[in-house]
Amino acid sequence: MHARQSPLPLVLSDLSFAAGGVAILERISLTLEAGPRTVILGPNGAGKSVLLRLCHGLLRPSAGAIGWRGPRIGRRPDAMVFQRPVMLRRSVRGNVEYGLKLAGIGRAERHRIATERLEAVGLAHLASRPARRLSGGEQQRVALARAWALDPKLLFLDEPTASLDPAATRLVEAIVLAMHEAGTKIVMTTHDLGQARRLADEIVFLHRGRIVERAPAADFFAAPKSPEAAAFICGELPV
Amino acid sequence: MNRRTSLALTAFAALSSAAPAAAQDKSIVVASTTSTEQSGLFKHILPLFEAKTGIKVRVVALGTGQALDTGRRGDADVVFVHDREAELKFVADGFGVERREVMYNDFVVVGPAADPAKVKGSKDTVDSLKKIAAAKAPFASRGDKSGTHAAELRFWKAAGIDLAAGKGTWYRETGSGMGPTLNTAAGMNAYALADRGTWLSFKNRQSLVIAVEGEQKLFNQYGVMLVNPAKHAHVKRELGMAFVDWISSREGQAAIASYKIGGEQLFFPNYKKITH
Amino acid sequence: MPERDALSAALALIAGADPALWGIVGLSLAVSLSAVALAALIGLPIGAALALFRFPGRGALVTLFNGMMGLPPVVVGLVVYLLLSRTGPLGELGILFTPGAMVIAQTILVFPIIAALARQTVEDAWHEYEEQMRSLGATPRRSIATLIWDTRFSLATAVLAGLGRASAEVGAVMIVGGNIDGLTRVMTTAIALRTSMGDLPMALGLGLVLIALIVLINALAHVVKAMAQARHG
Repeated sequence: MHARQSPLPLVLSDLSFAAGGVAILERISLTLEAGPRTVILGPNGAGKSVLLRLCHGLLRPSAGAIGWRGPRIGRRPDAMVFQRPVMLRRSVRGNVEYGLKLAGIGRAERHRIATERLEAVGLAHLASRPARRLSGGEQQRVALARAWALDPKLLFLDEPTASLDPAATRLVEAIVLAMHEAGTKIVMTTHDLGQARRLADEIVFLHRGRIVERAPAADFFAAPKSPEAAAFICGELPV
Repeated sequence: MNRRTSLALTAFAALSSAAPAAAQDKSIVVASTTSTEQSGLFKHILPLFEAKTGIKVRVVALGTGQALDTGRRGDADVVFVHDREAELKFVADGFGVERREVMYNDFVVVGPAADPAKVKGSKDTVDSLKKIAAAKAPFASRGDKSGTHAAELRFWKAAGIDLAAGKGTWYRETGSGMGPTLNTAAGMNAYALADRGTWLSFKNRQSLVIAVEGEQKLFNQYGVMLVNPAKHAHVKRELGMAFVDWISSREGQAAIASYKIGGEQLFFPNYKKITH
Repeated sequence: MPERDALSAALALIAGADPALWGIVGLSLAVSLSAVALAALIGLPIGAALALFRFPGRGALVTLFNGMMGLPPVVVGLVVYLLLSRTGPLGELGILFTPGAMVIAQTILVFPIIAALARQTVEDAWHEYEEQMRSLGATPRRSIATLIWDTRFSLATAVLAGLGRASAEVGAVMIVGGNIDGLTRVMTTAIALRTSMGDLPMALGLGLVLIALIVLINALAHVVKAMAQARHG
């Protein structure tokens, strides 16, 4: 099997973002390489969600640049899952197929892909159910299946389990790991230390709009180099 | 045919008759007055006309002023109103041709049974109006440029009454048709000038009765005219003239005479070959 | 007593299955339903587009549509009359005093209601959906159909509001239709005619039939909505 031409890495150069005169992110430089699961960690208000949205193209930076170093073919290579899943008023299957429909995929192919992904997230038995009638955890899994259906090279997740109970959280994390296993780069934000420990290969620690530290996960948790990171791990910074 | 089918067909037929290709169906638009329509005359004579000629007559019932305006604009094929002066002007201005005087009906003065102006039973309209003005008894006028309104104003003029003085106090203009004006008169115990046809079919009389009637001056002449095809090329000349001819014919005139309410004849055919 | 006469007049009308009455009812439904269908066809996409796109003058357009919800029917009737009259710009069509003219006038009346309410509904939905839909590759242009479908229950309410407005008005259809017996006479103009003839019991009777019709349509729509909403959430 020959290596796929990948658009990764995604490179951020001196990225800044301000809104209403307030600086939210300052001079962020970051390269998101294919491979490791990247977790962006930091207290509330650090700018994690804004950073993710900038990366995904939902926001425009005030200064700086962001771009794919590799070739981009066809539709966008990145997908995103939000803290609150937005379900369209249609069936679970209809939701999963939606992105495929927009991409012009034919009906039979859409059906095949959606079935595959729904099975992968364990919701094939609910395919015909109206998506809005599912529980929060189930809806989030549908959102994951929907993103997965697009075969993303990079998946952004913004606090995906912040509103879920532990059981649902575990299921979601399992799916994230499975997607990574299948070749999708993971970039996730969280303020949950436990989740970061479970899922991260590398940590990017954000504090007051700046990257304060970046390290492989094991190193970060064992010996944080910055005082803010140390305080955060000990629970002294507001979570 | 069940109700749903007939409803659907009605809807379809109604809407498809809106198509411009309706030039194929035999129909004409006659602009006439609300009082004429409300008297029920058309419901009586038009089926006879349609049976004879196959032509559907679509009556748009308006005030005389609006009916003539409709003819002026070319939105009707035939105009059938009762305001001789206005009709002659209409023809003189070139908007109408083939004017014929075909029938008359009469006006009555109605008023409260209590008769504050003491005019009941009079056969002198002008004198009665003088008495009403003198007594400042409430009088409801149509005030809408209709044939009836025009006739009413001629009477006041003949009586030498300055209406401007009474407007808003005893002289009240409703700006509406005969029926609503009678409604108002009934509600206010006021006098009013009405055509006999509307009065006979008016169901909300309350305390109103006929006060003055029978004088020659109360006769109300109707005229029918074809809208001038020279001014509006699309006017249905043949079909419109078929109507004008029929209503002046022996048949049409007889149809007019045969229309009765409660045994009373409302309209009196008077077409004579001498026309304008 | 007009009230008691009215009730018995209404019942007699319905029970008597007077073909003239059913003709009038049928025409009223045909005209108003056609107008609402047309207004929805144009108004829903325009309202949705107004919600999703930003362009100079957008604010003015939103204010305009909101204001036009209160257009006086008689004024609309007058304007359409002047347009369709033989001496007017569209006189060649020759559709004055036909049901077609009535549909046009009512469409103009109903369109702002549907467009303004659709704009509000879709704007609120877009607020909730925008990020996720952009993420999935939906541009505003491609989102119009999705959002209209997703907010279909609220939009149905807007359409019903439009139907209510159309069924209730008399000014526009009177002027452009001419209240021609057997051709352009609908429930409201028939009621106006009967009232002006002093035949109040009959007018009230017709009024009761009209109200019953409207209530029936709304009840039906409510049931359908409730069923669909329970199924789809």
